[in-house]
Amino acid sequence: MTDMPDTTLTSDPSHDAPLPVDTDDAADYYTPGAPIADTKAPQGSIDQRWQTRKFEARLVNPANRRKLDVIIVGTGLAGASAAATMGEAGYNVKSFCYQDSPRRAHSIAAQGGINAAKNYKEDGDSVHRLFYDTVKGGDYRSRESNVYRLAEVSTNIIDQCVAQGVPFAREYGGLLDNRSFGGVQVSRTFYARGQTGQQLLIGAYQALERQVAAGTVATFTRHEMLEVIVVDGKARGIIARDMVTGEIETHLADVVVLASGGYGNVFYLSTNAMGCNVTAAWRAHRKGAYMANPCYTQIHPTCIPVSGSHQSKLTLMSESLRNDGRIWVPKKKADCGKDPREIPEEDRDYYLERIYPSFGNLVPRDIASRAAKNVCDEGRGVGPEVDGVRRGVYLDFRDAIARLGKDGVEEKYDNLLDMYERITGENPYEVPMRIYPAVHYVMGGLWVDYDLQSSIPGLFVTGEANFSDHGANRLGASALMQGLADGYFVLPHTIRDYLADGPFEKVDEAHPAVVEARTSVTDRIEHFLTVNGTRSVDSYHRELGHIMWEYCGMERTEDGLKKAIDLIRTLKDDFNRNLKVLGTADSLNQSLEKAGRVADFIELGELMCIDALNRRESCGGHFRAESQTEDGEALRHDDQYAYVAAWEFAGDGEKPVLHKEDLVYTAIEMKQRSYK
Amino acid sequence: MKLTLKIWRQTDANDAGGMHTYDVDDVSADMSFLEMLDVLNEQLNAKGEEPIAFDSDCREGICGMCGLMINGEAHGPVTTTTCQLHMRSFTDGETITIEPWRSDAFPVLKDLVVDRGAFDRIIQQGGFISVNTGSAPEAHAVPVPRDDAMRAFNVATCIGCGACVAACPNGSASLFMGAKITHLGELPQGQPERDSRVVNMVAQHDHEGFGGCTNIGECTAACPKEIPLDVISQLNKDLRTAMKHGH
Ligand SMILES: Cc1cc2nc3c(=O)[nH]c(=O)nc-3n(C[C@H](O)[C@H](O)[C@H](O)COP(=O)(O)OP(=O)(O)OC[C@H]3O[C@@H](n4cnc5c(N)ncnc54)[C@H](O)[C@@H]3O)c2cc1C
Ligand code: SF4
Ligand code: FES
Repeated sequence: MTDMPDTTLTSDPSHDAPLPVDTDDAADYYTPGAPIADTKAPQGSIDQRWQTRKFEARLVNPANRRKLDVIIVGTGLAGASAAATMGEAGYNVKSFCYQDSPRRAHSIAAQGGINAAKNYKEDGDSVHRLFYDTVKGGDYRSRESNVYRLAEVSTNIIDQCVAQGVPFAREYGGLLDNRSFGGVQVSRTFYARGQTGQQLLIGAYQALERQVAAGTVATFTRHEMLEVIVVDGKARGIIARDMVTGEIETHLADVVVLASGGYGNVFYLSTNAMGCNVTAAWRAHRKGAYMANPCYTQIHPTCIPVSGSHQSKLTLMSESLRNDGRIWVPKKKADCGKDPREIPEEDRDYYLERIYPSFGNLVPRDIASRAAKNVCDEGRGVGPEVDGVRRGVYLDFRDAIARLGKDGVEEKYDNLLDMYERITGENPYEVPMRIYPAVHYVMGGLWVDYDLQSSIPGLFVTGEANFSDHGANRLGASALMQGLADGYFVLPHTIRDYLADGPFEKVDEAHPAVVEARTSVTDRIEHFLTVNGTRSVDSYHRELGHIMWEYCGMERTEDGLKKAIDLIRTLKDDFNRNLKVLGTADSLNQSLEKAGRVADFIELGELMCIDALNRRESCGGHFRAESQTEDGEALRHDDQYAYVAAWEFAGDGEKPVLHKEDLVYTAIEMKQRSYK
Repeated sequence: MKLTLKIWRQTDANDAGGMHTYDVDDVSADMSFLEMLDVLNEQLNAKGEEPIAFDSDCREGICGMCGLMINGEAHGPVTTTTCQLHMRSFTDGETITIEPWRSDAFPVLKDLVVDRGAFDRIIQQGGFISVNTGSAPEAHAVPVPRDDAMRAFNVATCIGCGACVAACPNGSASLFMGAKITHLGELPQGQPERDSRVVNMVAQHDHEGFGGCTNIGECTAACPKEIPLDVISQLNKDLRTAMKHGH
């Protein structure tokens, strides 16, 4: 149960709150642009919009489908499901991933589960309730039409997966089991032990491989997409590098889909896989696709802390541990280096229970994360010192063991405690566990309309790579739902309206736009290999991550963000002059791969800070210190910031252009969250 | 701690390759095995020597991307993936030998990186249930006995890492294949294609150059997900049944 939702209570509407006077902290960093709107969602009652759109989207004659070439970058839940479905429909699909097999996309690592409004428990769940919980959990910063559709198709996902042989947990009677996550009051989460993402992805992967055998899908593994080809304003293909031979390949098509996942690795340390990147999305952004709400990052409170400067990634521990574990730090700084078992009860500060007596250890993710950061900043963190600070808090099972017995705890949290011991070498039955927040998911991503089409016609974006469904904060077990909804049930319908005008005029490889895209890729590679400086790619990535975590992490301030922008600009300059990448362009070269990714992360990092600076309000995963209530809680400003910030690239060294899409709620009322 | 590493280096698929020796200092017990290699790579890069290529992605034991022969054992001395192995399993001053998976069906691409594309091609031949998107019946239409679902799940946890092949003296992929056949064969949804699945997958397996199974059991001992040996018996049983049915 790793992925629990935020619990939300509603109280005073935020528009009663006083507003800050000077609100555009980012004024010097961007150019205001024309407002943007989603033109594809039909008007009318929210529960009719998807039916209407499906009906209105034009059909493609089956005989024409095999003449239509579709490129899909990414084989996670969002990409594999789309590739399989488009292949079954008879389109000619090319599927790309950077791993050696489509089955390894990072969706595989999701543990907790997937939501669906099946109401199998007869506990009052419905499409509307799932919609409501998701919008509220997203702190009213998502687009209601998209979220409603997500809730609507959620039930089909479970049917599809079961038919594919996904071994979900079942009850003794043979029916599917559900669990309730955290504060959500209904049981709607389907799961396969702690490996739900793996089982769902294997299902989609198998469907994809079946289409490979059927000849409708061709897979390109160990291929990294490095550029989008835009011809006459339309996406017409990609440039990819064969990561084994180094060959730069041109792939042309009628339509391109990006399902390339999230960019949490901009923070260097995150729960993402080593290869997760923003390159596919960022290259599209530079070609005209707007990037929406890039600063919205989800930080998960229960990860295993950093153990030293060698650390390459962070591992998530199920959030369900907070149901029975008690979180504390020593009251006195002097006790922080001591064996925790020797610290008496009266010297322990169970700070969540103290500050939030009614929710205690079960406060939402963002609150638990920020509170942990605050006590460590005060110098009361525990565990090894990394860069002079102890960054960890105890999650203690002593009382739970006394209450439930060791067996009881073992039964509930079976493999989690083992996993902790394997990684840290400490036995959590004897010594309290140590946890610390880590970057886990990004709600921001490429802007898409209701059809999942970006601002470049013919470029569609699905899964974590787009921005649309989770607002400022994602509810647990809803990313898997979104990836599969997009790929199995949404994109295949919306994309046909675009493809109905195809096949489009053939593009020649000698077309100037193709040549330009290829040259930009080869020039960049040439540049990385010839800087001949002294610093490794990893050292830049680590430094960028440090800047982002410090100033654009759990808590953001105007001064900090401005400082971060300066630091990132300096870092970028140094990266361009002092990078050292060995090896050649025409071979398997992992340093070269990383150089391209880090170069894009650096540019993204700057935009994230500008976006965070512009949004002088606290909402969901975005806490601006300038916007809090008297007792330090997040304060939203719906009258000023109920918009999607869609950023347009204006050229290197130019200020990005901000287009605002107003968020309009017709089926739900905006409320402020409160937990005290 | 200080370690001496003997590591296989090979520039590309055509190169003969050979072992090279490196020393690393400053290894902490909390590092993962791959983080230790990261540290070595940073040192090599600083010295102007090309870093060692090795695969990894999730680094939490689930994607199946990593996999090294460590002192002759697939994924090293502990029952886990290479990325979840930590340096506290080794001692100061030790010499560690690191090689890629060795199998004719998994050609080396560079240093410690191999090509496991053969696994995908085996799946293409039947490792699925044929159901098009949108044509699935209501999920509760067919109840599945809990024990069958559990057994299907247990073997569906295979991560496709290839350690079973690397550990097998015959280079057989029977454990990998048996896990898939058992996963789908345990479920009612998997029945209609049960015969053709096993026949076609086994044919592809043999075609890829994997060896036959002679019941040695090294595969299951090396498997980080502890896939049991009886999936191979299931595979053989299903194959015999399919033959009887005239496949
Ligand atoms: C540890 C962890 C636990 C989680 N638990 C849950 C959970 O319990 N429930 C839940 O709902 N969500 C969970 N999430 C979130 C969820 O898993 C992800 O948001 C979701 O799986 C993303 O799917 P995706 O298909 O968009 O991207 P991914 O699965 O990340 O796939 C990205 C694909 O794009 C490819 N790619 C990327 N860049 C390129 C490029 N340049 N060229 C070629 N290919 C490229 C990759 O090869 C890969 O195939 C969790 C996330 C993490 C990290
Ligand atoms: S059966 Fe085990 S060793 Fe073989 S591929 Fe699967 S997980 Fe790896
Ligand atoms: S890197 Fe994913 S299993 Fe080891």
